[in-house]
Amino acid sequence: MGTNLDIKVHHLTRVEGHGDIVVNMRDGVLEKARLEIVEAPRYFEAMLKGRNFHEAAIITSRICGICSLGHQMTSFKATEQALGLEVSEQTVQLRKLLVHGATLQSNVLHALFLAAPDFLKVGSVFPLVGTHPEVVKAALRMKRLANDLGEVISGRAVHPISCVPGGFTQLPTAKSLAVLRERLEKQMLPDLVFAADVVATLAGEIPDFRRETEFISLRSDDDYALYDGDICSTDTGRVPDREYRRMSNEFVVPHSTSKHCKVNRSSYMVGALARWNNNHDRLCPEALGVATKLGLKPDCHNPFMNTVAQVVESVHCCLDAMAILDRLLAAGIRDEVPNQDPTRHGTGVGATEVPRGILYHEYTYDRQGRITAANCIIPTGQNLANIDDDMVKLVPEVVDRGEAAIAHLLEMLVRAYDPCISCSVHMLDVKFTR
Amino acid sequence: MANKPRVGIFDFTGCEGCELNQLNFEDQLLDILEHVEIVEWREAMDGRSEELDIAFVEGALSTPDCIKRIHEIRRKSKVLVALGACAVQGGINALKNIRPIEQVREEVYGQDKYLFPTLPALPLSAVVKVDVNIRGCPMTQLEFLKVFTALVMGKAPVEPGNAVCTECKLKDNECVYEKGMICLGPVTRAGCDAQCPTFGQYCTGCRGLVPEPNVEAMQEILVAHGLSMDDARKKLQLFNANQLEGVS
Repeated sequence: MGTNLDIKVHHLTRVEGHGDIVVNMRDGVLEKARLEIVEAPRYFEAMLKGRNFHEAAIITSRICGICSLGHQMTSFKATEQALGLEVSEQTVQLRKLLVHGATLQSNVLHALFLAAPDFLKVGSVFPLVGTHPEVVKAALRMKRLANDLGEVISGRAVHPISCVPGGFTQLPTAKSLAVLRERLEKQMLPDLVFAADVVATLAGEIPDFRRETEFISLRSDDDYALYDGDICSTDTGRVPDREYRRMSNEFVVPHSTSKHCKVNRSSYMVGALARWNNNHDRLCPEALGVATKLGLKPDCHNPFMNTVAQVVESVHCCLDAMAILDRLLAAGIRDEVPNQDPTRHGTGVGATEVPRGILYHEYTYDRQGRITAANCIIPTGQNLANIDDDMVKLVPEVVDRGEAAIAHLLEMLVRAYDPCISCSVHMLDVKFTR
Repeated sequence: MANKPRVGIFDFTGCEGCELNQLNFEDQLLDILEHVEIVEWREAMDGRSEELDIAFVEGALSTPDCIKRIHEIRRKSKVLVALGACAVQGGINALKNIRPIEQVREEVYGQDKYLFPTLPALPLSAVVKVDVNIRGCPMTQLEFLKVFTALVMGKAPVEPGNAVCTECKLKDNECVYEKGMICLGPVTRAGCDAQCPTFGQYCTGCRGLVPEPNVEAMQEILVAHGLSMDDARKKLQLFNANQLEGVS
């Protein structure tokens, strides 16, 4: 007589948004193992229709608080391409800085506040205030500095203010940038090294699981691609960002208000682990050193290692942010106004790496600069099919452990993807049904 | 304090940016935790609770399930605080309310639209009694701390009713209209310290309209500064579609 399993985790905790995990096994046969997305549908694409190009990023930023900066960047790139708005090199460098800040803040939040409690066997970061005060304080310092980076350059870390299509409404002073540069080197870097050491002590707790899948991220010749690049698949290589529909293929499934995606297989993964697998050769030596210390190797097919990949790339973000600041300070901050005079109208695509993976926005504008069609494809939505496939492979491998342990492991799996369900719509709950 | 207030944090339809701003209290988070016991917060911790002194609720109500859950939260909470523009006014979500709902559903989910029930995006106050509003998209940390302190001290928080323009004047900002841009400062509630104009942007109206706003005069100003009547209305709708179009 085979095993029966009925697991239902309703409204999964420590993730952004609302989702449920549901597993059914009858006589040893797995009938269902999946993540159900129960976030309220948002309808952003429909809300954008008829809106002026100035408002596109203000609206899409509100898809998600955590990823608001990433949505803005992607939105600007799509709008600028559609309307023929050239931006200055200074604008690009400042945007890259903002992306580093947002990536650092999000990665630290996920690794130390949302995922670490699993490895330390507690239900949230709050008990760690008493048991691991130095870790919590280091995490808070890093988050503060990453947010300060956003505040100095764009006025606000959540829903940035001064970034607009074509540039910035207000520029940071050289003095404030120099202070950031100093703090990144003196505070952030040592804290990141400390965080990596903490993660190294927990590495033994990372579940040993492997499922070969396709990884998709941006790739660029110049740098560890976050702000810009081609779309790159570990299965089929590089294509330009305008081919994003072919590289995502969104489709509706009944168990999720967020659409699913697939390309060359039944599923693919995006996010820090995909960036690692595609772009580890573009990381700075210090980040590669941390990868070695944490046992992260190229072509890693263990999704639980996504959190480790986040720590590794955070080191790179910090050092690259310092290098960008050095260049900006050496050149001096040029006073310039945003370029908001369209030279054409039509369709534009933006593709950016946000903390949870590759994000696409596409807008079509009419002659008046109003949106006639919009499409946003969100990283977490792209990961959902991959999560389901992971569960289908993982559950039979651990079926002897009992429902509570399986449920916990599945929660850890979903959390490792650092899902952002508000983005994909909203997400997480684990349901075992008997 | 012998009995710390029991606090819950909840979210509905929105971006969770206001909640994130609470996790972003890097300097004050540990102090806050000394004064209250956070007993339920899905985004940050495991666990559920039956009785609360203060519930902070983010997001608009936009599905039948939301309506059910907000009633449950109201029943178990002594004080209910609406957190951010989505909870207070419906926020950006309410933009979908001003277009035919079937068209909106079809545009996003196509012929699969029937799978996902949806309602007009409503502010919490349309369904339950709200005791305190913390406005803004996102809420500002400063305002949250003011309200939080008042509640922990057992006092009634004060909600500002003046316009953003007054704060801009206090900061000696150049008027946004002087720069050749438009701005919703004249009809938008203050309390943000005129954050956006201070960073070179125009006020988008995220904190909601002032009490008894003169919307017609505002539209005339926008039109006088080059917007069509239709575009002027759209600008005003961005965060205030429900109030302006009478959906709630």
